[in-house]
Amino acid sequence: MNLRLLLRIAKSLLFARWRQTLLAAIGVTFSITMFIALLSFMSGLNGLLDGIMLNRTAHIRIYNEIKPNIHQPVNNSKVYKGSYNFIRSVKSSSSRQEIYNSGAIMQALKKDVRVKGIAPNITAQVFFADGSVNITGIISGIDVQAESSLFHFSEYVMEGNPLDLKNVANSIILGKGLADKLMAGMGDIVQVTTVNQVQFTLKVVGFFQSGIQELDKVQSYASFSTTQKILGKPSDYVTDIQIKLNDINLAPEIAKEYAQLFQADAEDIQSANAQFETGSFIRTLISYAVGITLLIVAGFGIYNILNMMIYEKMDSIAILKAIGFSGTDVNRIFLIIAVSIGIVGGLSGLFFGFLFSLVIDQIPFVSASLPGITSYPINYNPVFYLIGSSFSLFTTYLAGWAPARKASRVDPVIIIRGK
Amino acid sequence: MSEINVLQTNHICKSFHDPVTVEILKDITFSINEGEFVAITGKSGCGKSTLLYILSTMDTDYEGELLIGQQGMRDRTAKQLARVRNEKIGFVFQFHYLLNEFTALENVMLPGLKLGLYPEAEIRQRAGERLKRLEIEKLADKKANQLSGGEKQRVAIARALINDPSIIMCDEPTGNLDKKNSLIVFNIFKQLAEEHQQTLLVVTHDEEFAHNTHRIIEMEDGRIIKQ
Repeated sequence: MNLRLLLRIAKSLLFARWRQTLLAAIGVTFSITMFIALLSFMSGLNGLLDGIMLNRTAHIRIYNEIKPNIHQPVNNSKVYKGSYNFIRSVKSSSSRQEIYNSGAIMQALKKDVRVKGIAPNITAQVFFADGSVNITGIISGIDVQAESSLFHFSEYVMEGNPLDLKNVANSIILGKGLADKLMAGMGDIVQVTTVNQVQFTLKVVGFFQSGIQELDKVQSYASFSTTQKILGKPSDYVTDIQIKLNDINLAPEIAKEYAQLFQADAEDIQSANAQFETGSFIRTLISYAVGITLLIVAGFGIYNILNMMIYEKMDSIAILKAIGFSGTDVNRIFLIIAVSIGIVGGLSGLFFGFLFSLVIDQIPFVSASLPGITSYPINYNPVFYLIGSSFSLFTTYLAGWAPARKASRVDPVIIIRGK
Repeated sequence: MSEINVLQTNHICKSFHDPVTVEILKDITFSINEGEFVAITGKSGCGKSTLLYILSTMDTDYEGELLIGQQGMRDRTAKQLARVRNEKIGFVFQFHYLLNEFTALENVMLPGLKLGLYPEAEIRQRAGERLKRLEIEKLADKKANQLSGGEKQRVAIARALINDPSIIMCDEPTGNLDKKNSLIVFNIFKQLAEEHQQTLLVVTHDEEFAHNTHRIIEMEDGRIIKQ
């Protein structure tokens, strides 16, 4: 009963100065709208940019790095056990790039429940012959189906059918940049020379565009067996095993486990792309900071308007107190005023923010480096709406707090006698 | 006139300490019984308004004892005092003081709604009755700021009556009204006192007004000089 009465008084006070009220509410609406639109857009963009990287990056990569053997004889010697041994200029031993016992490892990985899928990979350094000039490049030998399902390979193939890699013998899909350099079209033959001076001719069955231009200038794909043929290696030759996990956050842990288990190097995505995470984090941070600043500015607007309202309504406050409303009641009335501005402004802000996001989503955005994107990316994450609405309530409550306290302390005697 | 004590003060003193201590009220002791129509008179600055605000529980900075309905008002929380004002005291001020955002009827209803003794429909009806008693029922739906001074003061009286208070306190109720309206307001008070046995305490420096009440408490320099 009491609360209903307070609500009614608050409503009357609000509507008595509806222009000011509207202004305050518009302030909140504007900031929430911008907050939602900004975060949706920023997060959409982040997702897109991260996607360029994450979609094609393995969560864990198992490989053999060419490096000096860490087990040096002097370390095993009993005589020098107590000493610190300096060994300079240690050369890499004749370690092989291929993963030992790759067949068994892949079997084991397929049985692991934490693993979503694996894609074996062979990396071959080659030279593409462009007349008398050789252009360095990389041919990745891939399992087209695994690569497509795990790393969206087919999405980046702009021309040609990715499956042709498998179906057409000695075929290759060139990076767009590389193809332009070689002036190679569909169906053309390109000549490659391996590091070991073996020459090979391959038929172009497609082009791909990754969105990272530097990569497109050197990268090309061939089937698993074709690459093995180029390198003159047997059919169990695998240099990389790319693993996608069900939970990306477990990558560092599992990578350590695999390195131990398979006696190979295992790199997780977090350590390989640390700078990428930082970039996303900073962008998100900036958008939140801007959004919250907007809300705080709106909060000051409400604070000002409430303060003014209290000066104008001094008489009414005094009267309310004289006829039996306590300081707490008056305090509540002004808090109700502040929070209802917050609720109305916030809700319409959410609505307009959503509309604004829809508009941004329609703006055409075509970029050569971002295949498959036709308009600005928007992330319609309900979390933003939740944050926006709770923050609008929070700021308006804070903005109302001090004026409400001031109102509750108005001494009716001074006001009533003052005239 | 019954002998039930409505309001009692025992040795109330009040002083201001800024910048030097000045005693405003000195040893005020009197009591008001149910149904009395009392006027407090005195020259401007004699402390009669200050006394009224102490009696009304809005000013709590005093020494001595105040009893309303034989209950002490010392050591009560602000909330409890607000409740006392709401339930036991009706107010009429010099400057009308209605809430301009509400209609006359709503202004009258507000203290009733706050007290919450009756459902809203009944409070509305009671408010209507009081407006009728003061012959201003046709003003019920007018906004407070559309009323004339005399009308406002009558609405304020109706508001003071809504919770059937044990005492109505008035601070110069006719001080801001012309002769005609002053007379109307005085007649309302007189009628309330005589027909409804309503206890009234009026602070005024209007001699004529004071002489027509039952009892005059005359003040000078913070003391009661004549009861």
